[in-house]
Amino acid sequence: MNDMRMVERQVGTKPIKISGRNVQVYYGDSHAIKDVNVDIEDNTVTAFIGPSGCGKSTFLRCLNRMNDTIDICRVEGTITLDGEDIYDKKVDPVQLRAKVGMVFQKPNPFPKSIYDNVAYGPRIHGLARSKAELDEIVERSLRRGAIWDEVKDRLNAPGTGLSGGQQQRLCIARAVATEPEVLLMDEPCSALDPIATAQVEELIDELRETYSVVIVTHSMQQAARVSQKTAFFHLGELVEFGETGDIFTNPKDSRTESYITGRIG
Amino acid sequence: MPGGVLFLILCTISAVGYVMGRRKAVSVSGGDSRVMHSLLPYHGWNVALAAFLVGLSVMVLWSLLRLLFGFTDPGNNIVSVLSLAAALLAGWTNYARIERNYRARNVVELMMKGILIFASSIAIFTTIAIVLSMLFETTHFFRDYSWTRFFFGLKWSPNFSGNSDLGMLPLLWGTLYVSFIALLVAVPIGLFAAIYLSEYAGPRLRAVAKPMLEILAGIPTIVYGLFALITVGPILRDYFAQPLGLADSGSSVMTAGIVMGVMLIPFVSSLSDDIINAVPQAMRDGSYGLGATPSETIKQVVIPAALPGIVGAILLAASRAIGETMIVVMGAGAAAKLSLNPFEAMTTVTVKIVSQLTGDTDFASPETLVAFALGITLFVLTLGLNVLALYIVRRYREQYE
Ligand SMILES: Nc1ncnc2c1ncn2[C@@H]1O[C@H](COP(=O)(O)OP(=O)(O)O)[C@@H](O)[C@H]1O
Ligand SMILES: [Mg+2]
Repeated sequence: MNDMRMVERQVGTKPIKISGRNVQVYYGDSHAIKDVNVDIEDNTVTAFIGPSGCGKSTFLRCLNRMNDTIDICRVEGTITLDGEDIYDKKVDPVQLRAKVGMVFQKPNPFPKSIYDNVAYGPRIHGLARSKAELDEIVERSLRRGAIWDEVKDRLNAPGTGLSGGQQQRLCIARAVATEPEVLLMDEPCSALDPIATAQVEELIDELRETYSVVIVTHSMQQAARVSQKTAFFHLGELVEFGETGDIFTNPKDSRTESYITGRIG
Repeated sequence: MPGGVLFLILCTISAVGYVMGRRKAVSVSGGDSRVMHSLLPYHGWNVALAAFLVGLSVMVLWSLLRLLFGFTDPGNNIVSVLSLAAALLAGWTNYARIERNYRARNVVELMMKGILIFASSIAIFTTIAIVLSMLFETTHFFRDYSWTRFFFGLKWSPNFSGNSDLGMLPLLWGTLYVSFIALLVAVPIGLFAAIYLSEYAGPRLRAVAKPMLEILAGIPTIVYGLFALITVGPILRDYFAQPLGLADSGSSVMTAGIVMGVMLIPFVSSLSDDIINAVPQAMRDGSYGLGATPSETIKQVVIPAALPGIVGAILLAASRAIGETMIVVMGAGAAAKLSLNPFEAMTTVTVKIVSQLTGDTDFASPETLVAFALGITLFVLTLGLNVLALYIVRRYREQYE
């Protein structure tokens, strides 16, 4: 049984997209992420799980330098994307974020039309040369966001008028429209009802074909359903990282086991 | 006895009423306050408020009656007796009612609600009363002076011996011209300052700059007026108006407009700053997360989201500019003129209201009564502006929510 899994794992190994080495994050004096080492593969869904406040979001935000927007936040160590240090002085965080898209916990469509929401990124980055091309990008992104059929007749209606689940899929479509290589999702389903959650989860599984997806979730069932790799964080440390199946059925660390069986969290 | 003493006695009665009511409630409860419908303090308040409100109402009613019918009450004797007796009676009635099932809490809540309604209606009724009295005087004015000549007259030259030209248009023109220049100065600068403060400035700079702006907003306008008279006026005249051959007076629309704009900068920036800060951080994060720069985020997400509020702030600033008097007197002068040249002296509605009413005046000639007509016009103008502001704000809300 164990041997078989070993084989499976070697076959399933994909190229490494993002890797973090000795990553430390401080908010002022408080040490929020302690010495994290992690390799995130391409075309894989990686789940970050752990009790709330353990630093999942903080670490996720390191991966596209969203923490730069918080004054008191300081990041140490190295994080590379395709082998290049993203905290290097040469790297423009604005360009990085175009490559590493992000979907947030609460759906946050802009107070603009559905069309303009999706077209926002492509317009900023000049991805479309003509109106027709932009239309095409918008349609393609909305289809990838699995929301095209619901909104195709009202692209000019405000995005804020959609239901919560639709808004979140719109936000995913918006992130997809900039053609990122990595998609970061911070508890994308926590504000959604079960049906919308199922739709978004299905979508995540499809997105894996094109992107490397990193998803923070507080729901272990969700991590088990959508991810291939799971990282368990506890008090700012990365306690355990491996195949999702292993983490859930055969955790090596006692803290992981306690969390999974519901004793901490 | 004097009114103040009467009021103090009324307060004392209430205080005593509170203590007595509470004490009776304690004794009725027999030491276990849980058997009472209402908590003990409510029984005290019940007595105190009843005495106070009834006493006060009698006092107020009495003054109204005296105003209406014009009788006298030497030494306030009658009203003192009446109101104190009423207060005692009301207090006693509620005191007598105290028992276990008496719903003192509900009665107190009702009285509190009454007080609040009274307070709000005072504000509304005073406004209505002011408008009515202005309207009244205005109709007097239009009896002596044709309204077409007032609203459409192009000449303003009051003449206290009679035969004046009281055309409003030069004044309205001056008002709008000065306000326009003021907004031209205040809106861009104030808005940019607000954007800098809320989006770029660090917390330490913010902590210093924001209170400083607010202090600026508190400077009396007469000080700005001095600034216009002594500094800005001469500079504009010596370096712009005279070299360009446009005019040669220190007082000008430009002077007043610029200084008024400076006065409005903190007003606009402080309001806009609050509004921009109210845009949820999630909007900005969403934009940054898509690889937008700070300025793109501000231009395309933050400002559109804050726009209704900002428009409201601008219209409020416009109302203030239209109602401003002191800066105009000292900066733009007092000559009513219809001209496009911004370096010429002009004047505004508010300034003329003041100048028509100062000095020895009887409120009978059109020359003084015109002030009320001007006042009503100004009132309608600012009211319209505020209604427009509300309308715009609401339309944007509907669009975005
Ligand atoms: N903006 C911030 N400023 C200061 N401390 C923060 C900030 N964001 C998060 N933290 C702290 O960092 C730790 C990790 O938070 P977070 O990454 O949000 O946890 P999680 O997403 O796992 O619930 C917490 O202790 C939290 O209080
Ligand atoms: Mg979180």
